[in-house]
Amino acid sequence: MVMSWVWVGILCISVLCGVALGNGSALGAAVAQGAQAGVTLAVSIAGSICLWSGVGKLMERSGMTGFLSKLLSPLLFRIFPTTKKDSLAGSYLSANICANILGLGNAATPMGIQAAKRLADPNRPGLATDELCRLIVLNTASIQLIPANVAAVRASLGAAAPFDILPAVWITSICSAALGLTAAWGLGAIFRHD
Amino acid sequence: MTDYVVPVLLLLVSIFALRRKENAYDLLLYGAGEGIRLVVSIVPALIILLTAVTMLRASGAVELLGRYLSPVFTFFGIPAETALLVLIRPLSGSAALAVGAELMGQYGPDSLIGRTVAVMLGSTETTFYTISVYFGAAGIKKTRYTLPAALFADFVGFFTASWISKLFWT
Repeated sequence: MVMSWVWVGILCISVLCGVALGNGSALGAAVAQGAQAGVTLAVSIAGSICLWSGVGKLMERSGMTGFLSKLLSPLLFRIFPTTKKDSLAGSYLSANICANILGLGNAATPMGIQAAKRLADPNRPGLATDELCRLIVLNTASIQLIPANVAAVRASLGAAAPFDILPAVWITSICSAALGLTAAWGLGAIFRHD
Repeated sequence: MTDYVVPVLLLLVSIFALRRKENAYDLLLYGAGEGIRLVVSIVPALIILLTAVTMLRASGAVELLGRYLSPVFTFFGIPAETALLVLIRPLSGSAALAVGAELMGQYGPDSLIGRTVAVMLGSTETTFYTISVYFGAAGIKKTRYTLPAALFADFVGFFTASWISKLFWT
């Protein structure tokens, strides 16, 4: 439903601006060009999406996810103290985070949902606990090793080295996760007694 | 250095899989087949959204938006050209990809704007969607401070992406 409003909103603004700024002919041409560009974009990143989807399967089965989750577990214990008592929550959580890092979006979501269910407070159903908020922040900060889709778009547009954005992406994700978690901690202290 | 990250990762994963006696080649094929289905599933959204974004650009609205928001954006050091991406990123992943691809095409993938856009796309998520999926499934109604904290993380992402791109590529 949200997207319907976004769509209508964009069309309204386009038509209004087109009339007001006298860009009518360009606006008309844009309809056909845009639809064509959608197909071109999909085709130009299709190979890369398929390759990384294959690599993702390989990562899942090769034990890389398990290896990574062992590496991360000390940090996860700190951020989510519940996982010390509830080892199942811990394994769902680390599976979620690791799948995100390895870019396995399809595997990450079900694991994250299981983790979210276990991190909720059974005595206060429907309330987002502090740890639940942190789970969301970690998930929306999008820490990933290889942003394959973006690199594919770069490659299709003729970038000299499509993956040379990697270090910048890593630093940015870590900053946003760290500061997001800090904000969650601060807000958690303010929202304590609601 | 970064030239080797991806090839070496591919090699490592394949060796890991072989050591586990997994059929690496078949797994790759199977996963790539799933990838085809994924591509097919996002094609309709990409067509519709790129139509919308291209219309928005052609009408002059994107330029106008950038001009109006540029005081706020320049204050934080975020290029005003990325305004539309910043606004749409938390709402929809395919819309953000459409906007990002259009921007990278417009300014060139190796331009500063093109790179900033790529870093932004790679390091942020569809916040509203993530919250609704996770909290919907776990039956959470009182979300407390989740949305502000997550949106703040997004803002830090856009901010850091802009500054780090300036630092690396100018």
